[in-house]
Amino acid sequence: MYAFAHFGKELRQRISDAVGLEFGHRVDFQETYLDLSMYFDARRRQYNGDQLLRVVGELAGPGPFKVVGLFNVDLFIPILTYIFGQAQFGGQTAIASIYRLANERYGIRSTAADVQDRFIKEVIHELGHTFGLPHCHVPNCVMRSSTYVEDIDQKDMGLCPSCRSLAGLAG
Amino acid sequence: MEKKVSILIVDDEESVRDSLSNWFTEDGYRVAAAEHARKALSMLQNERFDIILADLKMPGMDGLEMLRRIRTLDSEAVVIVMTAFATVDTAVQALKDGAFDYITKPFDPDDLSHLIRNASRQISLSQENEMLRQRVDTLESVEDLIGKSEAIQRVLKVVESVAPTNSSVIITGESGTGKELIARAIHANSPRRFFPLVSVHCGALTESLLESELFGHEKGAFTGAIYNRKGRFEMADSGTIFLDEIATISMKMQIELLRVLETHKFTRVGGNKEISSDFRTVCATNRDLKGMVERGEFREDLFYRLNVVNIHVPPLRERVDDIPLLTDYFIRKYCRAMNRPLVTVEPAALKRLMEYAFPGNIRELENMIERAIVVGNGKKIALKDLPLSRESVEVVAESLEDVEKTFIQQTLGKHGWNISRAAQALKVDRVTLYNKIRKYGLQAPAGKK
Repeated sequence: MYAFAHFGKELRQRISDAVGLEFGHRVDFQETYLDLSMYFDARRRQYNGDQLLRVVGELAGPGPFKVVGLFNVDLFIPILTYIFGQAQFGGQTAIASIYRLANERYGIRSTAADVQDRFIKEVIHELGHTFGLPHCHVPNCVMRSSTYVEDIDQKDMGLCPSCRSLAGLAG
Repeated sequence: MEKKVSILIVDDEESVRDSLSNWFTEDGYRVAAAEHARKALSMLQNERFDIILADLKMPGMDGLEMLRRIRTLDSEAVVIVMTAFATVDTAVQALKDGAFDYITKPFDPDDLSHLIRNASRQISLSQENEMLRQRVDTLESVEDLIGKSEAIQRVLKVVESVAPTNSSVIITGESGTGKELIARAIHANSPRRFFPLVSVHCGALTESLLESELFGHEKGAFTGAIYNRKGRFEMADSGTIFLDEIATISMKMQIELLRVLETHKFTRVGGNKEISSDFRTVCATNRDLKGMVERGEFREDLFYRLNVVNIHVPPLRERVDDIPLLTDYFIRKYCRAMNRPLVTVEPAALKRLMEYAFPGNIRELENMIERAIVVGNGKKIALKDLPLSRESVEVVAESLEDVEKTFIQQTLGKHGWNISRAAQALKVDRVTLYNKIRKYGLQAPAGKK
């Protein structure tokens, strides 16, 4: 896990625990500095998710089994107005941002727990894509597609049994 | 093998093709891309695609011309045009020429998702999409719904028969019996399962918050409404809305709710545009709604609108046979969550669990097992790990009479206030038990004689 923002000790620990438990791999967490201004699109006032996905992969090199870049900026890809995160499907790298997950961005009252839970789900979701998992139809599976922030709340923290089996993870 | 919906993306910009390909692959579609109209047309001569997403402005042949040619090759394909220039003229022309819809770049992820979902729905309607039919055969189970007792099997039979319909359902039962799980089971086994199950806990929200929560609001509708926001009814489009603690909503909201349930149309708070949403309603309550109707606390018309099918979830004390199965399930769940080896339960502890009346129902059992795993020795759950040991009764009791009163109350609860059975268990005659009930002023919960 490369954190390109400060997420606090508690959230870092929660992400590590949840990811480690779900995928059964050791999780190393590292706070890293990256000059994000290079990836800022002044016209859209957002950060280019495609470029960031590429740079996170390059930064990690071939060493780690999977790499996730964690951000606290508004991400976009050219065709979409925003993204919560994205991943190389069946590949090594994923990125996720906590920025769009806060209720305040949508005029809804918030609690810190909501945002943290959503972020952890988003990280697990994007990592799931790196295991070659497509979106899932099971209503509470973390791999269900979420395009609206509160959709994420409808999901559990983990993969459903069929996604676990598809990803080759122990039941 | 499940047949995937196929999408062909036609756009001269590489970043657009890559982004969309990645997006749709993650969504489980089969995706191909072409950088110009001629290549797309040549691909279409050899291969069929369910959905074609084409840019309107491309060098060489533009999207409109390509659309006309696609129509001659495959009249069934769903064509969606993309444009960075949202002129009404081009959009109208594209629709006239047979496009399914159009979308302006860059897209809102939610809009794109809706558009493709609608297109997929169109395909499934016209071709009886095999993917959906195969899914129907493999009914989704709801993992936490455990039980072999007659009482829960009866409930599951009703769930099975009511799930595929569109009927409104009210789930009644004491707190902690798993009403939300039943709602999830209904949704997961209905044709709506590919769409959201949206839960609203009515009791947790004030009247104004509930209104905004259910119907959404427009930017500026009230202080703090700095963005437009979809309501839960809108989010539940094509899916199911689950209204928990329905008995707590105010009279004003009952009127609003009745109107929406009748018309499936509403406006956002502070908005004037009428929004339609196709949702199914499932409600839950631990209160006696019929009694509330008789006392004038709940609208009769709303009650009958919601109460097409009533499913009563039995309390745990009426399904004692399920306690070992549930205990085993929660042990597996929490040992896995805490990354611990599986533990077993000592026979004495299990016996005590089966004797206990569980006023908090399955939720109480779940909490008890979670706690026992945390405080236990990591191998076996012993009687001392449960907050049910005889000592705990003695600690809270002040006198012998207190102990007797508590024990009689628990025994009555366990036997559902059946006096004969409780008297038998207590090894006293019925008259003695009646006298004790009078002496201690014990009262049966609502609904029990």
